[in-house]
Amino acid sequence: MFATLLKQLSTLVISLLGLTVLTFILSLQSETPVHQFQSDHVVVQYFEYLQFLLNGDWGTSSIHKRSVLKDFLQHFPATIELIVFAMVLAVTAGLGLGILASTRRGGWLDNTLMTSSLVGYSMPIFWWGMLLVLLFSLTLGWTPVAGRIDFAYDIEPYTRFMLIDTLLHHNQYGFAAFLNALHHLILPAVTLSTIPMAIVARMTRSSLLAVLKSEYIRTARSKGISKQRIIWVHALRNALQPILTIGGVQISIIMSGVIITEYIFAWPGIGKWLLEAVSRRDFATIQGGVLALSIIVIAFNLALDFIGIYLNPRLRRPS
Amino acid sequence: MIDKSNENNDLMINRSLNRDTYWPTTLLMSLAALICCSCTSDNSQSKRSQKDLLVYCSEGSPDSFNPQLVTSGTSYDATANIIYNQLVTYKPGTTEIAPSLAESWEISADGLRYTFNLRDDVPFHGSQIFTPSRTLNADDVLFSFNRQRLSDHPYHGISGGRYPYFTAQSMGQLIKDIRKTGEHQVEFVLTRPESPFLSILATPFASILSAEYAKQLNRLRQPEWIDSKPIGTGPFRFERYEPDAYIRYKRFDDYFSANKRVKNLVFAITPDAAMRFARFSAGECDVMSYPLPVHLRVAQKNDLEVVQTPGLNVAYWAFNTEKPPFHDAKVRQALTMAVDREAILQTVYDRQATQATNPIPPSSWAYNNSISKVTYSKRKAMELLKEAGYENGFSIDIWAMPIQRAYNPNARKMAEMIQQDLADINVDARIITYEWGTFLSRLSQGLHHSVLLGWNADNADPNNFFSPLLSCNSAISGNNYAKWCNNQFDELILKGRTSSEQDERKQYYLKAQEIFKREAPWLTIAHANNSVLVQPEVSGMMVSPIGNINFEGVTLEQPSVDSGTQGVTP
Repeated sequence: MFATLLKQLSTLVISLLGLTVLTFILSLQSETPVHQFQSDHVVVQYFEYLQFLLNGDWGTSSIHKRSVLKDFLQHFPATIELIVFAMVLAVTAGLGLGILASTRRGGWLDNTLMTSSLVGYSMPIFWWGMLLVLLFSLTLGWTPVAGRIDFAYDIEPYTRFMLIDTLLHHNQYGFAAFLNALHHLILPAVTLSTIPMAIVARMTRSSLLAVLKSEYIRTARSKGISKQRIIWVHALRNALQPILTIGGVQISIIMSGVIITEYIFAWPGIGKWLLEAVSRRDFATIQGGVLALSIIVIAFNLALDFIGIYLNPRLRRPS
Repeated sequence: MIDKSNENNDLMINRSLNRDTYWPTTLLMSLAALICCSCTSDNSQSKRSQKDLLVYCSEGSPDSFNPQLVTSGTSYDATANIIYNQLVTYKPGTTEIAPSLAESWEISADGLRYTFNLRDDVPFHGSQIFTPSRTLNADDVLFSFNRQRLSDHPYHGISGGRYPYFTAQSMGQLIKDIRKTGEHQVEFVLTRPESPFLSILATPFASILSAEYAKQLNRLRQPEWIDSKPIGTGPFRFERYEPDAYIRYKRFDDYFSANKRVKNLVFAITPDAAMRFARFSAGECDVMSYPLPVHLRVAQKNDLEVVQTPGLNVAYWAFNTEKPPFHDAKVRQALTMAVDREAILQTVYDRQATQATNPIPPSSWAYNNSISKVTYSKRKAMELLKEAGYENGFSIDIWAMPIQRAYNPNARKMAEMIQQDLADINVDARIITYEWGTFLSRLSQGLHHSVLLGWNADNADPNNFFSPLLSCNSAISGNNYAKWCNNQFDELILKGRTSSEQDERKQYYLKAQEIFKREAPWLTIAHANNSVLVQPEVSGMMVSPIGNINFEGVTLEQPSVDSGTQGVTP
């Protein structure tokens, strides 16, 4: 197990170093230097650059003169909130729909679910988000168009997680502000979760069907264990393994999705921050933002690998 | 309606739960139900007016809260007329100078000394870290200008030390000295007479900051807070800024002017124009910035209020008067008659512009109303060409600017339309365009026959159109791409620039516009409108030709509860 862990960790370090080399080269191309280097030699400059990064000096925006790292941390909670909510939605709905489809294999429900998941999977997210806004916000008036909360609620950003901050303002607004923030979260989260939800549903269905065919399930069934128990206790755990692996790949889809979603819904997170920086040629911000986003993707994949090892005893021992 | 859909959902769940129960599905559906409970469409608009809160959907994040440090209109909008005041200002909706922090001023006979008498009752905003001990005085004016002007000023190097507008306008060369001549009196000494100086002082970079606040920040060793935690004298005080999300302001109750204002003002930052319009349509904001032509059309169809005014800009077709056949005024006049500008307004501007007659827009105080617009007549154009000896026509180049600007959204399309019109009078036109940098440098070399361009003014003074675009000096090095130098015209605009009486200046400019029309170095095409969309419950919204947003005098009508109580009283 330790060997596996070590292997994973070394991959992490190598990919991080590769990443910094890339962003370093990017910084050499920029019109205004992000960092002032002492040395003239490129290799030495690279190590100076690493030192800057480790000291938390990720440069200063050339446009509005704020620290990039601070800016990133300020925008990040909004993105996390959106991603977590969307992921919860994608996984619960995806799993539920996948299980539902697998137990009614070949039936009309299965066919409908699988067809609609295919549609969901191939939907361009930008167009899909706009469509949802058009239907739910403008035509039906059920959800707000954009933003994180109604401005009638004056929420001091303590944590910058709107759901938490609104709860902290409980004295002032009761639960109204919290519900309002939740209300604002729905449409962006649905938009963002559509593709991963479709993927999870399809994966769950096929993985579960494969597991349900195996010998031990047949044994369990012959012992008279109820269908529910078979699925929840015996089949699902083994079926989850490939879903987790796919989940790791999802994070990059989610990341690119979140950038577009934030843009559509004027959601003040990393995505909107980065797009703004790109459109204004703010190199320091682009460089820092890309680095931070990539670190998150890598770290997330690593974490998923660990969970995978934990869930699957066969992987705990090196073969 | 919402309740009904919930019922449907429940029915669906019941049906699916007939055979076995699946808790994740139940969980999911109850989650959906919870979500829909919270989505009872609360009328956020009436909630806002109860709180006296006005939401403005703006187009971007400001770069700084000090207008001295930036040149972007978005930053000016968030600061200049909200947090700060200037010594002088424009009368709302016009280009005329009015008193603001300075209640009066005198200009010396030689035009070199401007003495401003400041109001003595102007308080500054307070914040958690700053409690002003005094009202505005001459020190604040000196601080605000000297920070930009003197490189040894303690605050000069703070926040980057670059003052782009101050530098671009060569204010350093123009202002020789600024003196404190009394507790509430300052004197500006100029190196040369410059009548547009008052207009320049009304622009955002001339906002007045607090010298006392600067001192306080020095004690706290946080001088750069002066630009990020702004303190001013303006109608609203800054409360909070969440980058890319919103800016929150509160009404400054001790504001020196009695103009009505809302209690809370929020800029909801929404860069995507379609989304901005969606927010506006859903009632999430009361005022929307920079609507696209299509939004204006939809709004007008739905009886929403569009507030607009011709901006301080102009789109024009300049003839290179150094190149034959354009050295002949008759030829130039003929071509101005041959172009159907109504069609251009319709097609290129989608009607969101005003047809231009003079080089300056009608909102300028120097505008000549007695000049009639050129009538579109191909027959007259042919006659004029015949008189000039070109009855068989000729061929020319039309250079079309390659970039989009509000004042000229599609020069290429415009060029194509002109090309068609010219074909009817036997003039063969070829459209040319380069990458923007190349385009400008080749224009400066005078390689063009004619060019489609535009201009957006920096300040509201008419001189800002005439001197840079049509003077003899600017024909040598500058933006006079007609390469037109008329001595009589040049003398008039020089007089207009140096004499200090506005009535006198106006006479010069009126005459100059007559010469311009007679000589026709350009075909003036359009002044693009500045516009905002406004919800019906907002009153008092005005758009300035200069373009900076202003919420002084803007109020929200109280919710209909009021009218109900009125109904009860007999």
